[in-house]
Amino acid sequence: MSALATRLKISGTEGRSALISYLPVGYPSVEASIEAMCATVAGGADVVEIGVPYSDPGMDGPTIQRAVDVAVRAGVGMRDVFRAVEGVAESGAVPVVMSYWNPIERYGVTRFARDLAAAGGAGAITPDLIPDEAEEWIAAADQADLDRVFLVAPSSTEARLTMTTAACRGFVYAASTMGVTGTREAVSSVAPALVARVRAVTRLPVAVGLGVSTGGQAAEVARYADAVIVGSAFVRALLDAPDPAAGVKAVQALAAELAVGVRQQA
Amino acid sequence: MNAPGTAGEAVAAPGRFGPYGGRYVPEALVAALDELAEAYAAAQADPSFGAELAALQRDYSGRPTPITEAKRLSEHAGGARILLKREDLNHTGSHKINNVLGQALLTQRIGKSRVIAETGAGQHGVATATAAALMGLSCTVYMGEEDTRRQALNVARMRLLGAEVIPVTTGSRTLKDAINEAFRDWVTNVDTTNYVFGTVAGPHPFPTMVRDFQRVIGDEARAEILERFGRLPDGVVACVGGGSNAIGIFTAFLGDEQVRLLGLEAGGEGIDTGRHAATLTSGSPGVLHGARSYLLQDDNGQTIESHSISAGLDYPGVGPEHAFLRDTGRATYLPVTDDEAMKAFEMLSRTEGIIPAIESAHALAGALELGRELGAQALILVNLSGRGDKDVATASEYFDLAHQTQAEQDLAARAPQEQ
Repeated sequence: MSALATRLKISGTEGRSALISYLPVGYPSVEASIEAMCATVAGGADVVEIGVPYSDPGMDGPTIQRAVDVAVRAGVGMRDVFRAVEGVAESGAVPVVMSYWNPIERYGVTRFARDLAAAGGAGAITPDLIPDEAEEWIAAADQADLDRVFLVAPSSTEARLTMTTAACRGFVYAASTMGVTGTREAVSSVAPALVARVRAVTRLPVAVGLGVSTGGQAAEVARYADAVIVGSAFVRALLDAPDPAAGVKAVQALAAELAVGVRQQA
Repeated sequence: MNAPGTAGEAVAAPGRFGPYGGRYVPEALVAALDELAEAYAAAQADPSFGAELAALQRDYSGRPTPITEAKRLSEHAGGARILLKREDLNHTGSHKINNVLGQALLTQRIGKSRVIAETGAGQHGVATATAAALMGLSCTVYMGEEDTRRQALNVARMRLLGAEVIPVTTGSRTLKDAINEAFRDWVTNVDTTNYVFGTVAGPHPFPTMVRDFQRVIGDEARAEILERFGRLPDGVVACVGGGSNAIGIFTAFLGDEQVRLLGLEAGGEGIDTGRHAATLTSGSPGVLHGARSYLLQDDNGQTIESHSISAGLDYPGVGPEHAFLRDTGRATYLPVTDDEAMKAFEMLSRTEGIIPAIESAHALAGALELGRELGAQALILVNLSGRGDKDVATASEYFDLAHQTQAEQDLAARAPQEQ
């Protein structure tokens, strides 16, 4: 049974959307990043998207690039990622890994699935792996009873929405806009239409990401999405903090603001 | 003549070369890649597209390019006859224009008004800026900050042609990071923008499409050599960064099994030093920039920064068809160090009066070695993929050309002194 779908269903029965926080492992350090992830849980995050550092993050904007670059240079690897998974699991939230494909392939697809499951991870989000190329990953995830989350985009055709959501387990990640990660002043106007198109082809929960950074924006997205994903705003809070302890505090405060937002459904 | 890709693509799935190639991209780009693949297929089926491209190649770019026999260089190649395919004589100074003209025409057919490109040495950027000017498209070129410094002349050329050049300051600040940034631009502006990709790497359809636009090099060369020399060459030699000029000259010969295909990678300061760009020599299979191929990576799957005196070869990945040709043994890939390349660079300048691009000098170094192995009866075709004007600053520093030589000083001392 999908741990992610279960958790998102619970928040749904509470009459609210779920909050998914994203942070990369290893910024400013492995320990401090795990602390920050747990702080988002203390602030109200239901699910933590644990980012695997990668040297060529093609879907990420400058904020996440900056933090991830530090982690890559420090040699952060999959073992550190699994420590973060364990830490988040202990905090009571559902841990899901977010990774570009090459680090997973290099670690070994089957080995990754097995070790992720053993660490208590619910599954993985793969931003540059489309189902067309995912045969090996889907088989390994099934074997380990893991969720696999693929992305859909405003440019996805109906045929691709059907194919992609059929390959998803846990939830569907709807990229709210055409572009890379980063905070934006206004949440994309195309996101509600995309979510409606996704709901026409699947009963899986739909999470919306890209561009959400404030409680108000979270409330707006919560009106039509089952979960709201916030990444760059948390990373920004860590980048702007004078020291790691202040960063952890800022991240918790932001999570608390967003947690109020997903309950307002403005 | 072979049908496109007969021997290099022994697979059913489009864009796959054995286990290599494919599309490892965000879903947001799939629609644009599909649109491009469909537009390209429609263009291939439309005789007017081929005619338009052929006219541009002839009247604008200067094709067909000649083959020059390098008779004095031959003495340094064990007497083997060295034939230079003169892609350096193309408009803009390299083979890059072949691909760019095709993709710019496609951009017009798709109805987009803006092109973006990545560039390493600046040759692809200059070619793209040129085609954009010719066809009235707006143009943005991403170039690693490190490369904008060592190829400052090409930055100025692109700006003269009306393109915006954006220095990329992330990661290693070279070609790899310029490609990341170009993809980020594309996913954000895909409604108006076409990505004119410069090499045979990247997601499908780029490796096949760029190959098809570059195969004119080998098609011309094969026909001309048969006519002039009455036989096929024994070896075909090219440098390999991403691999577009090499695929361009190899493709026509893939079915000629007696013809050795030799690709030369940038060995930088030497394979042992770790400071090189010899992806096929010392890399391993993985995924980078949207395709599975060989790449330089560490145990965590992070791309390792490459090093080469030649900006155009300074890339930690390589096109997927080369990975396939390597594994099947149809082509061989060897490293050439910075020093070996610079020696060949100087040698061609002095024996033939042709200053090659440092990229192409890697191929020359490989050809000299192959000639010594094959001996005086051998016929070796080298892709002289570009000219060396852009590299004069690098060469001047390498050979210390800013100072008077001993011979010049002696001459000056002997000259009659003016009163």
